[in-house]
Amino acid sequence: MLTNLGALLSTTLRMATPLILASLGGMFSERSGVINIALEGIMLIGAFTAMVGSYYFSPWTGVLLAIIVGMLVALVHAIASISFRADQIVSATAINIFATGITGFLLRLVFGEAGQSPSVQDVGTWTIPIINKIPFLKTVLGNQIPFVYIALILVAVSYWVLFKTPFGLRIRSVGEHPAAADSVGINVIKMRYIAVIMSGFFAGLAGASLSIGLLDLFVKNMSSGRGFIALAAMIFGKWTPHGAMLAALLFGFADALQMLGQTLGLTFIPRQFLLMAPYIVTILALAGVVGRSTPPAADGEPYIKEEV
Amino acid sequence: MKLVDKDISEQRAQYFKSMNYMDYLVPIMSVLAGLIVGAIFMLIIGADPIEAYKVLWNSSFGSMRGFGEMVVNAIPLIFTGLAVAFGFRIGLFNIGGDGQFLVSYIAAAYIGYIIQLPMYIHLPFALLAGILAAGIWGGFAGYLKATLGVHEVITTIMMNYIALYLVGYLANGPLKADGPLPATPKIYETARLPRFVPTMRIHYGIFLALGAAVLIYWLLFKTTFGYEIRATGQNADAAEFGGINVARNMMLAMFISGALAGLAGTSQALGMEYRAYQPFGFIGYGFTGIAVALVGKSHPLGVVLAALLFGVLNRGAMMMQSMVGVPKEVVEIIQAIIIIFVASEYIFKYLYRKWQERKGGLVNAD
Repeated sequence: MLTNLGALLSTTLRMATPLILASLGGMFSERSGVINIALEGIMLIGAFTAMVGSYYFSPWTGVLLAIIVGMLVALVHAIASISFRADQIVSATAINIFATGITGFLLRLVFGEAGQSPSVQDVGTWTIPIINKIPFLKTVLGNQIPFVYIALILVAVSYWVLFKTPFGLRIRSVGEHPAAADSVGINVIKMRYIAVIMSGFFAGLAGASLSIGLLDLFVKNMSSGRGFIALAAMIFGKWTPHGAMLAALLFGFADALQMLGQTLGLTFIPRQFLLMAPYIVTILALAGVVGRSTPPAADGEPYIKEEV
Repeated sequence: MKLVDKDISEQRAQYFKSMNYMDYLVPIMSVLAGLIVGAIFMLIIGADPIEAYKVLWNSSFGSMRGFGEMVVNAIPLIFTGLAVAFGFRIGLFNIGGDGQFLVSYIAAAYIGYIIQLPMYIHLPFALLAGILAAGIWGGFAGYLKATLGVHEVITTIMMNYIALYLVGYLANGPLKADGPLPATPKIYETARLPRFVPTMRIHYGIFLALGAAVLIYWLLFKTTFGYEIRATGQNADAAEFGGINVARNMMLAMFISGALAGLAGTSQALGMEYRAYQPFGFIGYGFTGIAVALVGKSHPLGVVLAALLFGVLNRGAMMMQSMVGVPKEVVEIIQAIIIIFVASEYIFKYLYRKWQERKGGLVNAD
């Protein structure tokens, strides 16, 4: 029983990791007032880039490249939605469609494959010295893919940045009341650019965790909606790092349950119901049944400086 | 004084004329930009873009069969494009077309096989089931928006996944036919949308799609309800102040938008597959519908034309791959470029203004 629970929690953490990372990205972007549903596409591009990086150089070079490319794609979203005032959802939708197209195209071009890439070297696992000796905890946290630890650390860092630094205050202020922020000398446009590019950092990293963390290859459309789930986690977590992490863990738990359902003897619940549960919970959260979620006040609104 | 007044009104007239002109120009320029970027990608892989675009054209207009297949591709996009466009008009973003597609797909198929009726009752009944299922699915998002202010984009995304797993469960569970196929039983002949020619897949759904476009045009531009929808879309607060029941209209609009997207799923079940299969992901008609609505400038006629354009692109994707070796993903890239340009029409307006300034010289010297 305890072994089963350990395996369940360990799988939960692993499945939640890409969601935690991407939801942190979404959080920074939305806190600054820019909706970023392009997380999905950026993750996909990140996953592909990480695989290519690992194929030609090394896994960690792949991770670095995924982050850089993720930030570049986010920059496109920033230019379109902040400078050109394109509808943020439309611009992100275009990026999502583009991501499917370009990764599929390059997969064919570089590897001559249609469905998935050849197997590459993944980042392996990290063993944590002391935890590795503690019974039960060692199954859950003792020996995981590096992304798990990175994600947990980044949650803490993000909390500190967002709530304890002047920089975080600025990000929050341009998302809540851009005109007021502007009047005290905060550069709204610049802050939003930085926040959106940060979301590319996280989404790129999340993508790398899919292709060379959870797996060791790229599969066409492998983000398969995780960018949207991350968005749900962010909302459910009320736009806070720790909240988003807990929500992502809940989603990861539902995922782990359906994956291990067979071994755990959960066959009496159809797996589709387990998969569906997080989305229903999110809608309930949005509707205020499970604690009301209110977005930043200026979320989704382009900022146009008043002419003097 | 008089001179100044005339100046202002003239300027304003000029402004509106240029905007109107931009309305046509932006989609056309965007499509051209998409095709040019597509050509660049083809050149990168060493394919001949001219040859590829010839294949693209001929795959839809070179034969009756090709034309029919292109229309088959365009039918669901007319529906989902109208769905998104109708939502846009009231200021709502229905990104849930794929979920609405699926629930109506299975609802229509269910009515199609569960009972036996004469065609003139059975077909409308199956259509109605699909329309209602998707209407309620979309209307729920409208309800949450109107009563609790929950952003419809998030709700409809969530509802997409709920629909995906729900329909997956139904088609491979309680509604599954005997046998190895993860699908419902076949629907009766009486619930099928007839085909024009038995050997081609093009079916009467095209009349439904064109009919829906005319209906939406009439609704939007010839009725009080349509006026209220558009007024709310322009400025919801002003509309509310002017005595329009914004909440009710939002729910109704999302119901109609959902029902329109649902008709795509209904016609897929009743006109193409004659049963509902377990879905393994989204076909993406809902998402492409966003592009269609944008390129069509949220006007029913524009939507029909844009859907045909996307029908040509999708139809040609496979042909370009098999005949000129251009990966079919290039078409997705072209579509994405078109959307990003249409979405960033500010770029065109900005360039246009710069160009006018340069041409006009002193006119805009302020």
